[in-house]
Amino acid sequence: MDTNLALLLLFAPFAGFLLNVFFGKKLGKGASGTLGTLAVATSFVVTLTFFLQVINTGKPVMVDLFEWLTLANFNVNFGFQLDQLSLLWLMFVTGIGTLIHVYSISYMHDDENMHKFFAYLNLFIFFMITLVIGSNLLIMFIGWEGVGLCSYLLIGFWYKNQDYNDAAKKAFIMNRIGDLGFLIGIFIIGYLFHSLDYTTIATALSSGAEVDATWLSIAALCLFIGACGKSAQLPLYTWLPDAMAGPTPVSALIHAATMVTAGIFMVTRMNFLFNLTPDVQTVIAVVGAITSLIAAAIGLVQNDIKKVLAYSTVSQLGLMFLALGLGAYEIAVFHVITHAFFKACLFLGSGSVIHALHGEQDMRNMGGLKGVMKITYITFLISTLAISGLPPFSGFFSKDEILMTAFHQNKVLWVIGSLASIMTAFYMFRLLYLTFYKDFRGTEEQKHHLHESPGLITFPLIVLAILALVGGVISLPGNSWLNHYLAPVLAKPAHHHELDGTAYMLMGIAVVGALIGIGVAYSKYIKQSAVPAQDSEITGFAKVLYNKFYVDEIYTAIIVNPIYAIGSFFRDVTEAAFSGFIFGLGKVANMLGSEGKTLQTGSIGFYLFAFVLGICSIVVYIFLAK
Amino acid sequence: MENILQQIGIENYIYLSTLLFCVGIFGVLYRRNAIVMFMSIEIMLNAVNLLLVAFSTYHQDATGQVFVFFSMAVAAAEVAVGLAILVAVYRNLNNIDIDNLKNLKG
Amino acid sequence: MDISFVLIILLFGAAASYFVGDKWASKAALIFSTAAFAATAYLTYKYTGGASVSYIKTWVENPMIILGFQADSLSLTMLLLTTALTPIIILATFRNSINNSRTFYALILFMAFAMAGTFVSVDGFVYYIFWELSLIPIYFISLLWGNGDWESRKKAVVKFFIYTFAGSLFMLVAFIYLYQKGGNFLNTTLYRAILTDKEQFFIFLAFFLAYAIKIPIIPFHTWQANVYQKSPTAGTMLLSGIMLKMAIYSIIRWQLPIAPKPATEYMYVFVGLGIAGVIYGSILALKQTDIKKLLAYSSLAHVGLIAAGAYTLTLDGIRGAFLQMLAHGFVVVGLFYAAEIISRRYATGEISEMGGIRVQTPKFASMFMILVLASVAMPLTFNFIGEFELLYSMAQTHIWFAVIAGTTIILGAFYMLKMFQQVMLGEQNAKPFADVTFGEAFVFIAIIAVLIFFGIYPKPITEFITPELERLVRIINRFN
Repeated sequence: MDTNLALLLLFAPFAGFLLNVFFGKKLGKGASGTLGTLAVATSFVVTLTFFLQVINTGKPVMVDLFEWLTLANFNVNFGFQLDQLSLLWLMFVTGIGTLIHVYSISYMHDDENMHKFFAYLNLFIFFMITLVIGSNLLIMFIGWEGVGLCSYLLIGFWYKNQDYNDAAKKAFIMNRIGDLGFLIGIFIIGYLFHSLDYTTIATALSSGAEVDATWLSIAALCLFIGACGKSAQLPLYTWLPDAMAGPTPVSALIHAATMVTAGIFMVTRMNFLFNLTPDVQTVIAVVGAITSLIAAAIGLVQNDIKKVLAYSTVSQLGLMFLALGLGAYEIAVFHVITHAFFKACLFLGSGSVIHALHGEQDMRNMGGLKGVMKITYITFLISTLAISGLPPFSGFFSKDEILMTAFHQNKVLWVIGSLASIMTAFYMFRLLYLTFYKDFRGTEEQKHHLHESPGLITFPLIVLAILALVGGVISLPGNSWLNHYLAPVLAKPAHHHELDGTAYMLMGIAVVGALIGIGVAYSKYIKQSAVPAQDSEITGFAKVLYNKFYVDEIYTAIIVNPIYAIGSFFRDVTEAAFSGFIFGLGKVANMLGSEGKTLQTGSIGFYLFAFVLGICSIVVYIFLAK
Repeated sequence: MENILQQIGIENYIYLSTLLFCVGIFGVLYRRNAIVMFMSIEIMLNAVNLLLVAFSTYHQDATGQVFVFFSMAVAAAEVAVGLAILVAVYRNLNNIDIDNLKNLKG
Repeated sequence: MDISFVLIILLFGAAASYFVGDKWASKAALIFSTAAFAATAYLTYKYTGGASVSYIKTWVENPMIILGFQADSLSLTMLLLTTALTPIIILATFRNSINNSRTFYALILFMAFAMAGTFVSVDGFVYYIFWELSLIPIYFISLLWGNGDWESRKKAVVKFFIYTFAGSLFMLVAFIYLYQKGGNFLNTTLYRAILTDKEQFFIFLAFFLAYAIKIPIIPFHTWQANVYQKSPTAGTMLLSGIMLKMAIYSIIRWQLPIAPKPATEYMYVFVGLGIAGVIYGSILALKQTDIKKLLAYSSLAHVGLIAAGAYTLTLDGIRGAFLQMLAHGFVVVGLFYAAEIISRRYATGEISEMGGIRVQTPKFASMFMILVLASVAMPLTFNFIGEFELLYSMAQTHIWFAVIAGTTIILGAFYMLKMFQQVMLGEQNAKPFADVTFGEAFVFIAIIAVLIFFGIYPKPITEFITPELERLVRIINRFN
């Protein structure tokens, strides 16, 4: 029974994908969208039943299908593990997935390839479920690559535009760099443990089996490289902002709420491994903190509404990795969930704005939308408050937990994290003010068409905004349902912070910091009515920030161009050399021939003379040389 | 009863056939006329035949003499073919000087 | 019915295609190649049931030459690959108008016959005859039905012929030397031949020259890209899909078991050469402007990885090499077919003149995309299984091997997606592009079905080949 339900959970979106691919066009837009949505909703319902079952029994559901890979020392099975962690993840993947499908029915209605869009979205959900419920690292890897593929397909959804295709290709290749790390990590783990099953590895580690600590660290580091690729951490984050080329629901679903958190899922899944490698944990914490700071700094000056949100996503993911590095897995998961709520809401809200402005994404051409788009504005405001970390919104609780953990373990990381949070509050309110306040700065024609989005778009916004508002209740300080729930899947007991004076002080500092950020944004964009300068007028450090520290240019200069240069060298020099060598052998033979043929003078007398001489020398050799 | 061949001694036959053979070689090397070269080759062949017969008698073994019959038969066939070629060459070139036969130059 | 029956069908099919005339040649070839596939499938079924389907007869008493066609799981698998791909390749030529088509199809079937013979022969001498025999039809196919101007084509094809032929002669010398030691050419005898280290070294090297040129491993690859580009697509498919597998199969079947010591001693050199080919081929593929040349260099990269895996001498590596041979055989035939479809419609192979095809024919774009993904070893395709085992075997040998060879998944994605983007995506092309026909779609669907089925459920194949491979690996590692 469980097996069939688990298969339904997995294959409902896949069925949706197949139906949409083969019959989507005939079904028509409405039916195709409904089909896709129903497929994901089915998964959500099944997840819900499993979720309630596991809460009641506390026992994970294990499903083993058949042997997939055969290796000399071990086998890899198609197996699923529906435990507390994977079900929690599935809850918001399928839940938010359903909402975004609903949203897309309206958002993508004008697109001729709408059925393909839903096919890809369903395929994505299928792979995401595979990633989450796999019972071993290689099944996770299937999902891992699969979501990367869907991300590629969806970023390049409008494939007539080669810039979008470039962005899609970049995302895929950057992800693949991380995937190689992941793969190497899998190799080492397979070599060390002769298994890739989470339970087997966890048992082996907890029973104190003799494992080489160095290799264990290398394996953990390799896995983290994989996480960096997928979750857009330094130095592999540059694909995520470019990925905003995709349709906005894709940005909300894949590049904010679900796929990019796969790295956090993986590290949490393997927490028993990372606990044993403190050096790697330090690396994770430092990378996360620095990423959050740098991305927040770049976000300060961006003018594309989706780019701001993209950098904010990178920054928030950095905070999650900071928590992971500090060993606070349950806090990272908490932030993943709250972030999924408010960031999905923000992206969908920005989509609603873009929809109303017929594709305009530059905030310098927005403004004053508060009056026309009431629902979008209110939901956007709630989410902005949540991401800025103001109580009682959900973001406050999760972010505060991260900072508090950092404060107790490493003050420098706490300072970095707090700085990033202040910047977050600033740029999010900058975004809010520039978009919704003051007067409209776009063209007259756009102004004429301004309208609130239809119900299918606003309904998901409202649901998500409510979740962003109250999501914090799952892990209130001092009385955390989440910590309790996740305890069985974590090797170490959850961090528990006493609600003492320090805790209240830190909360206060965080709130004050956020208020400072908001205040600066208020004085600049409301009081002084400032509008960001045109591209050509940006100077100084702001220009460096605006151009994202020139990271893309640096990568092009030190990696891509050298590869092309080596390619030219290979093509023009070494290929010619190898080829020349082989032709050279032929030429030598040819030359020997043309030299040798002059010996054939045609004079019979000469031949006879040579003949006799040869016989004589043979006779001499045989009889006299001895 | 002693055979005349045995009376003279084998070494003399060797000397004679070596001499004949060398005459043949020098004939082949120094003469330009194909007919004469041909005859020189025959002399070499007969030098070897002589030696074969001599050794055959010396060892009281008939195999060598049988062999000589073979080689004479082959020589006769060879002469027939060779002379035919020479006649063909003469018809084309009006002489049989081997210095003119250089068509196979590489 | 034994395994020689398949060879007879192919040979007879070649004759039949020639004699039925130009009009019916293609159909006759298709029927006979399909019959050969059916016969192989039936024999495989019988073999798994425990029956012996080998054919062993003494051919010549002195020297001792045995006309032996051994059916074990490895040779049957390769035979299946050959006979499965041949009808696909023949089907792929159906839309082309071919001059003197009866000779063309007769040569294709003759080539299939020779390659099948190479895979099943157990006697080194017979094996060598088949090995060289396969060179003759491909020489004529490439020379007479190829693309481009006559002079440059002749230069490329003659170079290929002499090059591979010269390399193979070293193998013949090695076989003759081994005959002195063993008394016959049977591979089981040769495995047991007692050789000094020095003898093993030279025999290994002689085999290596023959195989390295055929596979090709860098730096012996210079014939490849030009011949792939100049050959008609059927020829390219035969070369890349089956013929180069002959060499990899031979490494596993002949070279390593006969002379394993140098392979153990210089393992890093040979694995390193294979991996160097991976990087070299991938980077060169990035710079290609001709679609068939790009695929040729990508093939160079893939077979480099396969060869490197085989030379790790581990069960994982050799099994991975075997699986990847099958997967690569199918995917490369599919990719070259896609390239053929595009260049036939646009009458050019230049990537810069393509683009915007996806708008015109989404079906074709989807199928091409799946093949591209299989080629970059997406999980759930057969290629992932092979590539995973190969890379895992390298990780066991030395972790850096796996890291460097693993860049293939990055570089591979780079050049394949770049190619796909330039060829298929973007604004609609001004030139018309007819949608794929039923026959064309059938070829793609057949290939994709194989790739995906075994990507999800490879167990039938792994279970089938593993016992035999384990035996070979034990023989290979007999000195350790």
